Amino acid sequence: MPATTMSKAEREQGHARVFDLSEHSLRELNQALHKLAPGSNETAWEVLNPKGSHSVAVGVDQPVTIDVRGSVGYYCAGMNDGAAITVHGSAGPGVGENMMSGSIVIKGDASQYAGATGRGGLLVIEGNASSRCGISMKGIDIVVHGNIGHMSAFMAQSGNLVVLGDAGDALGDSIYEARLFVRGKVESLGADCIAKEMRPEHIELLQGLLDKAGVTGVKASEFKRYGSARKLYNFNIDNADAY
Amino acid sequence: MTYRNPPTTPRKSATFDDYTLSEIRRAAATGIYDIRGAGAKRKLPHFDDLLFLGASISRYPLEGYRERCDTSVVLGSRHARKPIELKIPITIAGMSFGSLSGPAKEALGRGATLSGTSTTTGDGGMTEEERGHSKTLVYQYLPSRYGMNPRDLRRADAIEVVVGQGAKPGGGGMLLGQKISDRVAEMRTLPKGIDQRSASRHPDWTGPDDLEIKILELREITDWEKPIYVKVGGARPYYDTALAVKAGADVVVVDGMQGGTAATQEVFIENVGQPTLACIRPAVQALQDLGMHRKVQLIVSGGIRNGADVAKALALGVDAVSIGTAALVALGDNDPRWEAEYNALGTTAGAYDDWHEGRDPAGITTQDPELMKRVDPIAAGRRLANYLKVMTLEAQTIARACGKNSLHNLEPEDLVALSIEAAAMAGVPLAGTNWIPGKTGF
Repeated sequence: MPATTMSKAEREQGHARVFDLSEHSLRELNQALHKLAPGSNETAWEVLNPKGSHSVAVGVDQPVTIDVRGSVGYYCAGMNDGAAITVHGSAGPGVGENMMSGSIVIKGDASQYAGATGRGGLLVIEGNASSRCGISMKGIDIVVHGNIGHMSAFMAQSGNLVVLGDAGDALGDSIYEARLFVRGKVESLGADCIAKEMRPEHIELLQGLLDKAGVTGVKASEFKRYGSARKLYNFNIDNADAY
Repeated sequence: MTYRNPPTTPRKSATFDDYTLSEIRRAAATGIYDIRGAGAKRKLPHFDDLLFLGASISRYPLEGYRERCDTSVVLGSRHARKPIELKIPITIAGMSFGSLSGPAKEALGRGATLSGTSTTTGDGGMTEEERGHSKTLVYQYLPSRYGMNPRDLRRADAIEVVVGQGAKPGGGGMLLGQKISDRVAEMRTLPKGIDQRSASRHPDWTGPDDLEIKILELREITDWEKPIYVKVGGARPYYDTALAVKAGADVVVVDGMQGGTAATQEVFIENVGQPTLACIRPAVQALQDLGMHRKVQLIVSGGIRNGADVAKALALGVDAVSIGTAALVALGDNDPRWEAEYNALGTTAGAYDDWHEGRDPAGITTQDPELMKRVDPIAAGRRLANYLKVMTLEAQTIARACGKNSLHNLEPEDLVALSIEAAAMAGVPLAGTNWIPGKTGF
């Protein structure tokens, strides 16, 4: 492990390992996280002074908790596989991209491509998310408390995107089998994305996601479901105008 | 006796030739563009338009079977803690599992490993067949991210961020439903039997500044161990190379329009991008202008067929070449032994390019369990290794004749061009003159 001196915050917390990015490099932080062995007792981490750094806590593959105190740049928690990562601030583009498992909570807003290509786990954005939220998602669950921008869930393959607010233009363009739940207004739907019936199994699924994301005071029945019309799954020249 | 005027010979149009007429009829009948595999088939300025000068009074040769001619190359020494060391400067290009059968991917890994070189995954993720049988495996990081996961990223020996490919710069991939077996569908997280459109842009970055940050993320995730390549199609080789270097690439891969694809539109393959020969000098120039030639390695692919092509590419400043189509032919693709079956598909051995249909008689570009049995991965891997050996010996033969004790000592001054076009593209004199179009005189 790179030498990290006990900081005041660490002493105060008693158990969390504190990593101050104003004192140590990003590379030291990520390498320390990657060196964690299964069963390590260093299960709680705190990152101070991220100040918009890119690639904070990327590629973590152990079930540890990481609290990032401040806003981060691109790709925070990228490819997370099992960690519970909380950003106490806002996140730049590509937060949680290609997450495999675990959870990521953004206390503020998230920029473009949040949760892009994610394969599993739960991404919660307590503020708003910008464009292309959940682009090409492949199994991840994303819950956004606020609104999401245009072209969200573009080519989304699998998983669930839940939006408590509104969605921008071209939601779910060229979507495959992902499920989209939006409580507010949808500016427009993209190619091959349609509104679908909320059946009891969807209410149940959505309620479970809301509970997991810590959302209270909101009922699953307030949402509309969107998904693929499956008309563009196999190329047909008569559908060419849809593109 | 009646006099008949002599008839003229029936004359076909050079503009509306037989192929063009057949394509118009096909389009009119089907209402859909033609999709096929492989690279550009039109005649293009190529390595055949270059010749080596060989030794003479001013330059003396090395002894053919006595004096050593080094072929090794190190890739990725700029930033990576574990650069790749290859015995030969010929690598196997990225080709997807899905497009190719499992046995074909295994054969590529076996052949490359026997030859001391690397092979590359493709759009569809890493399979156990190829990881297990490839000593050195380059992992492609593609716009679709099919099958992408950090575990495989860390199991790779290098990472290739694919921005584009020569057959279709600016185009995404396509895998039609008939090739989507259960296994392929699972690896790509999509239902079986549907057409899989691979995106043309990466989902979480656009432009050179973002690419720099993306490369940083990949380096952080892999603890700065792995060389990171950036692959571009032969569109704007000078600027693409310069921007890839600026973004932090260890290796730049430039793929010319003869480079193959699993499937895309014929109109795209034949009309977008530049020939391989036209891409090399601008890419080398970009590296030289940045003071990064030989520090960031350059790999070129697209139409490399023999040791002469390898030697010519290296003489123009390339560090290594990559082969795809030629490797498939070495495995058995388009072999005349299956002629009757090619005929039944309406084609002939040597012309078969409907790789997307999954009915490849040679068992290579298919997911059909019966057809893929035709590829014996051990024997096919051996054939690929033999072919790589021959290419290497050929390149060494030429290098020794030019007085070089390493393939990488070949230089543009060893070459002349047979056509003005090739002279201009390669930046070497037209044979018999000292004229380099665009450089000397006009």
